[in-house]
Amino acid sequence: MINKSILNPSLETPIQRGLRDVTIKRLFILPTIILLILINIFPLFYSLFLSFNDYSALKSLQWGVNPKWVGGKNYLDVLTDPNWWESFVTTAKYVILAVSGEMIVGFLLALLLNREFKGKGIITTLILIPMMMSPVIVGLFWTLIYNANWGIFNYLLGLGQTNWTGDPKLNLYAIVIVDVWQWSPFVMLLSLAGLSAIPKYLYEAAEIDRASAWFKFWKITFPLVSPLLLIALIFRTMEAFKIFDIAMGITGGGSSAPMLLSIELYKLSFVRWYTGRSCAVAYIMLILIIAISSIYIKYLNKARA
Amino acid sequence: MAIRENTRKRVGLIISLIIVLAILIIYLIPIYWVVVSSIKPMTEVQTIPPKLWGFKPTIYSYVRTFTDRMILPPGEKIPPPEELAKLHWWERMSYVDGNMKVLKVSGLPSRLLNSVIIGIISTILAVTLGTLTAYGFSRFRVAGEGDWLFFILSTRMLPAVVVIIPLYLMFRTLKLADTHLGLILLYTCFNVSFAVWLMKGFIDEIPREYEEAALVDGYTRFEAFRKIVLPQASTGIAATVVFCFITAWNEYAFALIMTTKRAETAPPFIPSQIGVGGVDWGAIAASTLIFLLPVVILTVFLRRHLLRGITFGAIRK
Repeated sequence: MINKSILNPSLETPIQRGLRDVTIKRLFILPTIILLILINIFPLFYSLFLSFNDYSALKSLQWGVNPKWVGGKNYLDVLTDPNWWESFVTTAKYVILAVSGEMIVGFLLALLLNREFKGKGIITTLILIPMMMSPVIVGLFWTLIYNANWGIFNYLLGLGQTNWTGDPKLNLYAIVIVDVWQWSPFVMLLSLAGLSAIPKYLYEAAEIDRASAWFKFWKITFPLVSPLLLIALIFRTMEAFKIFDIAMGITGGGSSAPMLLSIELYKLSFVRWYTGRSCAVAYIMLILIIAISSIYIKYLNKARA
Repeated sequence: MAIRENTRKRVGLIISLIIVLAILIIYLIPIYWVVVSSIKPMTEVQTIPPKLWGFKPTIYSYVRTFTDRMILPPGEKIPPPEELAKLHWWERMSYVDGNMKVLKVSGLPSRLLNSVIIGIISTILAVTLGTLTAYGFSRFRVAGEGDWLFFILSTRMLPAVVVIIPLYLMFRTLKLADTHLGLILLYTCFNVSFAVWLMKGFIDEIPREYEEAALVDGYTRFEAFRKIVLPQASTGIAATVVFCFITAWNEYAFALIMTTKRAETAPPFIPSQIGVGGVDWGAIAASTLIFLLPVVILTVFLRRHLLRGITFGAIRK
């Protein structure tokens, strides 16, 4: 091994024992790359291929018949399907409600907690717990709270017998509330990080100039915290768009479930087995997610400049 | 002026503390309700109006969630006291409190075991691969490094929706569906990109001088990695391990679709216990809490480690 190292000058270090750097580099990096390509990239292309076919994974495989090439028909069918547009609108409504809720509650909490006091560590720990729970289980135990007859949600707020989980008109809002409950801490943590990084002397300087609290907020606090807020916004929007677990926990995915994109996709592919068409739906969702995050990121770069 | 400002600050502080306390209460009430529902006697779980306290706590719900029972058939009666004394305490409880007899262990323990096994193995694999890869990118020049790292991170951002259908088909063909190996492979893959990203951050922070000194002293590159870098990265590894395990433990969608019985983990199983013939809400509360307990414990004791991971490195304290 040493002989080869001396002769070949392209290696990192000229003389060494043991495995060469290049070997280690490849040995360390390659397995991960291969795993990711197998489980992420290959299925991505397979899915693309299937989206151009009329295929049902439930029926037996017969090339030419099942799957059968239909070009862009699946995409056309989806984009002209009023049901799909309804689920899109429902999901958009959900995203707007949930993300605004999380951002507002999280940011307010951060503003309130942005000072030194005893027990700050305990509160930070406690507030971290909801985020670390399995969303489906969170949805499930909230059904105990939301129960129309004996749940404490109705009881403590005096709402009578409102059926939060079973009524299709209401359960979207039920899911929003759970999502805000679970994820506002995320926004709060990021905002706190941003807020505590703002140097105190900026505020002191503003106070010398007798600036109002309003002025201090808009000219100092908000601009310096906004990059982190934007990260939180982007991340939560992408996640809210894909919402599945909490909704399944609360509604069980049955007929009373709201028409959210992920749930409809689940039903289409694993209940009705329209495999080809569901791949097309999945790709449309992917394009939407990429588009939304690109817009945000572009805005983030502009805001930074 | 100064005195007024101090009072104003004091009042502001008290108001914020009150608000914080109020919000804490709002956050803890749901948890309180679930805990309380799990220790209520079976008949008091669904009282109208709901009972917040003043009931006699019992762990019967936990017994119910771990066992399959059946109502005593018309001919049978509860065994007499001498026989009751010979049975296990949970069988006694079922007879006396619920008028039911215990048949066998429920499906919950096996699902929990699956969650544990699959969680631990996939975490070990993901963190190992992630640390190695992170070291590779951190210490060596790689052609197109930025692109590779972006690729790795983007797989984490990839919505499961696009890959879940083809993966299901692939697994079905390869006979990996509903196997522990299949799910382990899947979870390793999810977590490895995050592990690479996190570990690279940690390893980048370790000065290269130590390894270079070791290399001069005659260590091989691998020995330098093992004896110098790894110990210094141990906090980072702990953080990554905790985060990856919690992600695998909580995972629902893929477990739901890829498994049916053998390799089913707890998250898809617990909601499926909502049967048609009357729901045992106390038992559901109990199983929920059992499932959430490890995560709560990990969060409380390893808070610092988690903070960094979940905020994508924004918080480093």
